[in-house]
Amino acid sequence: MKLHWRKQEHLTENLLKVVGLFSVVVLLLIAFFLFKESFMIFYKIGTLTIVSGTKWYPTAEPQSFGMLPLIMGTISTTMLTALFAIPLGLATAIYIAEIASHRIKEFLKPIVEMLASFPSVVFGFFGMVVIAPILTTWLSPLLSEKLPAFLRDAGIPFLSTVVADLCYDKLFIASGLNMFTASMMLTAKSVPVIASIAEDSIASVPRTFREASYSIGATKWDTIRHVVIPSSLSGISVAIILGFATIVGETMIVLMAAGGAAIIPNWIFDAVRPMPAAIAAEMAEAPYRSLHYHALFGVGALLFVFNFILSLISDFVSKRFRKVKLGEKL
Amino acid sequence: MKDKSGDIKRYYLPPRKAGASIKGNLILSIISALGYTGAVVLFLVLGFVAYNGAGVLSWDFITKNPTDAMTAGGILPAILGSALLTFLCMIVVLPIGIMTAVFLTEYSKPGPVLKLVNMSIYTLAGVPSVVYGLFGLAVFVIVFKCGMSLIAGSLTLAIMVLPYIISTSEEAIKAVPQSFREASLACGATKLHTIIKVVLPLSLPGILTGAMIGTAKVSGETAPIMFTAAAFFTSGLPRSLFEPVMALPYHIYVLATAGTHIEKTRPIQYGTALTLIVLVLGMNLVGIIIRSRERRKKTW
Repeated sequence: MKLHWRKQEHLTENLLKVVGLFSVVVLLLIAFFLFKESFMIFYKIGTLTIVSGTKWYPTAEPQSFGMLPLIMGTISTTMLTALFAIPLGLATAIYIAEIASHRIKEFLKPIVEMLASFPSVVFGFFGMVVIAPILTTWLSPLLSEKLPAFLRDAGIPFLSTVVADLCYDKLFIASGLNMFTASMMLTAKSVPVIASIAEDSIASVPRTFREASYSIGATKWDTIRHVVIPSSLSGISVAIILGFATIVGETMIVLMAAGGAAIIPNWIFDAVRPMPAAIAAEMAEAPYRSLHYHALFGVGALLFVFNFILSLISDFVSKRFRKVKLGEKL
Repeated sequence: MKDKSGDIKRYYLPPRKAGASIKGNLILSIISALGYTGAVVLFLVLGFVAYNGAGVLSWDFITKNPTDAMTAGGILPAILGSALLTFLCMIVVLPIGIMTAVFLTEYSKPGPVLKLVNMSIYTLAGVPSVVYGLFGLAVFVIVFKCGMSLIAGSLTLAIMVLPYIISTSEEAIKAVPQSFREASLACGATKLHTIIKVVLPLSLPGILTGAMIGTAKVSGETAPIMFTAAAFFTSGLPRSLFEPVMALPYHIYVLATAGTHIEKTRPIQYGTALTLIVLVLGMNLVGIIIRSRERRKKTW
């Protein structure tokens, strides 16, 4: 049967409209199911008790679903990672966009892109079999035994006792699977995200801006600092926000390399169990529709809300970014 | 200033010579050194896994079933499972993704609906992969009663990669110049004809690049299939869509963290990791090469 072309057009348009709304429906469904499955836990125990509770004992006899250890695990790991990932990511972006020659650029850009889709399970594996043993067998004895011993031998009045004790206390690494190991691998995962978004926004700064700066005698670094970075600031902010979203949501690395202890961490070498790790590790053994099952969906709902807020902020910031791009018309 | 042909001729001043500022140059060289982080990390991890896994990789390793409680033998079921998961996922996601992209670029009018769709795609892209896993568990495994199965895992992965496919396809379609569409319409072609005969063929390389890199991303994902599809052990191919499958990334995870033979299976872990990396980076590289070729060929 051959349809009249007008009818064909009409049908296609309607079909595409329906399909176009598919992603809206999916987003609503995700939100709906997360909140539906987690409603029980928030209703039975109380949102505040759950979010501020410090004991996560989902399988112990008096069950306890305090999510604070998981939340603090996520926050502290994210902060530690951001400390490495933001400078490295931005440096990569600036290098590729502003400093590197054309050839190096053609080589580095695909590499950064490949790193972004590198399987995170391999990063987790690398953290387990390489970084963790390095920390326990090499770094820990060096910093917590040799360094204090050296300081004591040196006999400097204040340093030798206080710093030596501090080193002995704080730099002893009991287990290689800890927040620091996870952060190293999370850095590897989030640097390409930050770098590629920031690079796009830096590259979109009009060339005339740079030329104007050079023409009044500014050096390359002056130009980058006073012209390029300020005019791509909102793009850079979006890069940082989406970098945070990547770190918070990354599952396999924290599942394999963070140690998995559901306690509020005190120090960077403590084992932690960030929220995605808790979901991934416990879902398989949580009986269907048990409180534990609902609690894990609750953790998922918190993650979803957190990333939703990050998306809203970055969307808002990137709208301002477009205003900056008006400069292209100069 | 205008030259004879009437074009504006521009004169550029070169940037000031290096050495003008020691501090600035120092900072620039630090940034340059840090700029290689990504490359260093990639080659470090790749080199380490390749060094340890190359000895394990053999024809038998990729064509045999695991034996002796996973401590010996090959990883064929995991390779096949990953391939099936990825293939089914792409079959589902490509039509939806491309149609959404066509809707966004050709049919949508600026307004609240378009804003809503764009916002949803943007938000979906930021949802953590483990949350997609939870969604797949709640919807495909439980509500649709698929159980832990190939189909549940593929659908979960499809939803996860949908925003990526939409945005890469959209970019590719947007890159087709408006004048091409106008030329086609002027010949009397309908809008549908224009899209099928002009817009889609010209944007196909871009769409394929997105699909290729999307496939690479999907085949490396573990969290979404952990509670929707992945099994510790199956022998050979699944007999129906409703059976769980083994998958390469899940295989690495399980062997490295669970079970009683973690040290004993280390070589298999390295071999599996190397197989996965070769597949993922290989597909990525193919996508990147297609794209750069097309860019060079492009004449408009």
